[in-house]
Amino acid sequence: MKTIMKTLLTTGAALAALTAAASAQERDIVIAVSIPAATHGWTGGVVYHATEAERQIEEAFPNVDIVLSTAQSASAQASALEDLTSTRDLAALVILPFTSEELTGPVENVRDTGTFITVVDRGLADDSIQDLYVAGDNIAVGHNTAEWLSEQLGGEGKIVVLRGIPTVIDDERIQGFTEVIDGTNIEILDIQYANWNQDEAFTLMQDYLAKHPQIDAVWANDDDMLLGVLEAVEQSGREDIRYALGGNGMKQVIEMVMEENAMTPISTPYPPSMIATAMYMTVAQFTGQAPMRGSFLLDAPLITPENAEQFYFPDSPF
Amino acid sequence: MTTVEMTQTRSRDGWQIRWSDLGPWIALAVIVLVGALINSNFLTSANLGNVITRSAFVAIIAIGATFVIASGGLDLSVGSMMAFVTGVMILVMNSLAPTYGASAIFMGAGVALIVGALCGLLNGLVVTIGKIEPFIVTLGTMGIFRALITWMSDGGSIPIDRDLRAAYRPVYFGSFLGVPIPIWITVAVVLVGAFLLYRTKFGRRVQAAGANPEVARFSGVSVAGVRTMAFVLQGVCVAIAAICYVPRLGAATPTTGQLWELQVITAVVIGGTMLRGGRGRIWGTIAGALIIETIANLMVLSDMVSEYLVAAVQGVIIIIAMLAHRFLR
Repeated sequence: MKTIMKTLLTTGAALAALTAAASAQERDIVIAVSIPAATHGWTGGVVYHATEAERQIEEAFPNVDIVLSTAQSASAQASALEDLTSTRDLAALVILPFTSEELTGPVENVRDTGTFITVVDRGLADDSIQDLYVAGDNIAVGHNTAEWLSEQLGGEGKIVVLRGIPTVIDDERIQGFTEVIDGTNIEILDIQYANWNQDEAFTLMQDYLAKHPQIDAVWANDDDMLLGVLEAVEQSGREDIRYALGGNGMKQVIEMVMEENAMTPISTPYPPSMIATAMYMTVAQFTGQAPMRGSFLLDAPLITPENAEQFYFPDSPF
Repeated sequence: MTTVEMTQTRSRDGWQIRWSDLGPWIALAVIVLVGALINSNFLTSANLGNVITRSAFVAIIAIGATFVIASGGLDLSVGSMMAFVTGVMILVMNSLAPTYGASAIFMGAGVALIVGALCGLLNGLVVTIGKIEPFIVTLGTMGIFRALITWMSDGGSIPIDRDLRAAYRPVYFGSFLGVPIPIWITVAVVLVGAFLLYRTKFGRRVQAAGANPEVARFSGVSVAGVRTMAFVLQGVCVAIAAICYVPRLGAATPTTGQLWELQVITAVVIGGTMLRGGRGRIWGTIAGALIIETIANLMVLSDMVSEYLVAAVQGVIIIIAMLAHRFLR
C-alpha cells in the first residue's frame, strides 16, 4: 500500500517537476530505475528498497531526480524503457531486467542515446552494453551454505534439497551447493522442484519425510520455502532433522537467526537491497568524483546471530 | 436431456452399480495399488493422512466448481480468490485479536464466508447480467483478485498474529476421532453438495441449465438465477477452503493458490462432470482431487522420474486416467 502511494506520489511529483521544468533548474540529473513489479517476496523487497533509496538519494542530492517504474512482464518493461527515453533526457538507467535475452535489445537502444547503463542481478546477453553491473553471488549462496553444513555434520550424513523455479539463479545455487557436497561423505537423498513456493515446499517436505526414515538436514535454497519446510517438520514430530536452512535473508528467517534458533542458526543473503546498492553507485558516478564503471559482485557471507542486525529490515515486506 | 436420462437411470437401476460413476474411483484404486508396489512407505498412515488432508483444499473448491461447471459456467478465478479471501481474513483476524482474543478467529472466518460469497456473486452477476462468457469474466477477476492480494501484502506476505496462530493451528493439524479436521470439513461440504445437487430442485435446475439452457428456460427455470447461485456457492466453498488453509502456513502471499484453478478444473473433469455443462458428479470430483494429490505424492516417493520430467509424467497419467474412464463406460 505504502509502495503504491509512494509511487503515485513520486509520479505526481515528477509530473509537477516536468511542468515547472523551466524554473526548476536544480533537479537536472535524471536517473531512471526500472524493476519488476512486486509479485513475490523477493521482488516485493526490491520495490521496497528502491523506493527507500529514491527518497534518501533525492534528499541527499538536490540535483538528482530518480524516476522509478515497475513492470509486470518483460514486454511491459521494454515498453516502459521506450516511454522513459522518449519523454525525458536520461543521465542513467538502473535496470533489473525481467529476463536477459528479451531486454538486451531495448537496453541497447537506451545506451545508444548516450545513457549510462547499470544492470542489476540478471545480466544481459551482451555484457558490453552495461557500464556498471551489480549482482549477488548465487554460487556463493549455495557454496557457503554447503561449507557450513558439512562442517556441522562432520562431513557425513543424509540430506534433502528443494529447488526453486528452473532458472539460471536456481541452477547456480544448486551448482555451488553440490560442488561442495560432492567433496564430502554427505549423501543427497533427494532433490526436487518446489518453485520457490511455501505451499509446494510444505507438501514436498511432507513427502520427503514419508519417503526417508533418516534425514539429517534440509536445504531449501530460499527462505520462503524454508518456512513451509519447517511447518512440515514440526507437524511430523520427527527428531532426526538437525538443520533446516534456506537462503536470501527474509526478515522472518533473520529473526530466527537472531533468536539463535537451533534448527536454523544461519542464513545466506541474496539481498533485494542490491537495487539500492546499484542506485547509490550510479548516483556517485554523477555527483561525486567517483568512477563507477565495472562489475560489483555482492558477497554472500553467512548471516549469524552476531551480524544478523546488518541484514535486518523490519519494515521491508521481505 | 441429460437430466431426464439421468433420473430415469437412477430409478431403474436402484442399488445397481453404475460403472461410469465408479470410473474415477477405479482409477484412484489403480494408482494407489501402483503406489503400494513402488514404495512401501506409500501406504503408511502418516503418508496417506498427509495426502488426503492436503487434498482437502482442492476438493472443497472443486465441489463448488462442480456446480458452476454443471450449470454451464466456468470459474478461473478460484485460485486468486482464495488468496484474496485468505488475505482479508488474516487482516480482519489480526485487527480484532487485541480486543476479542481467540474469538477473532470465528469473526474472521465469518467475514471470509461473506467476502467469498460476494466475490462469487460478482462473478455470477457479470456473467449473467452482463451476458459475457464466464471464461473471460473470471479471467478478468482472476487478475483482479491476484493484484489485490499482491497490493495488500506489498508483494511480501501477510502473516497471522502469533497468538492466534497457536489457537488456530489445530484446524489444519488437529484431528477428531483420529481423522484430521480438514477431512471432516471436506466430508461435510461433500454431503451438503451431494444433497443439493442430487436431492433438491436447485440441483436438478443446475444440471438442466447446463444441459440445455433454452429448454430449461421454457420449463420455467431462471437460468441466470441458477447460474449466479452456482457462482455464489463456489465463492463460499473457496472461503471454506481458505478457513482450512490459513492455519497450515499462517500467511497469505501473492503466490497463495497459484494455478489451483487448473487443479480444480482437472479434478472436476476427471470426476466425470462434463466441461460443457449438464452433468455434475460430486463424488467423482472427490476422487479427482485425490487422484491429483496422490500422483504428485507418488512422483516424489518413486525414484524413477527425473525431477525435470515430473510434470510430463503427471500429465500422461491424468490423460490415461481419462481414457480409461471413457472405455469403462
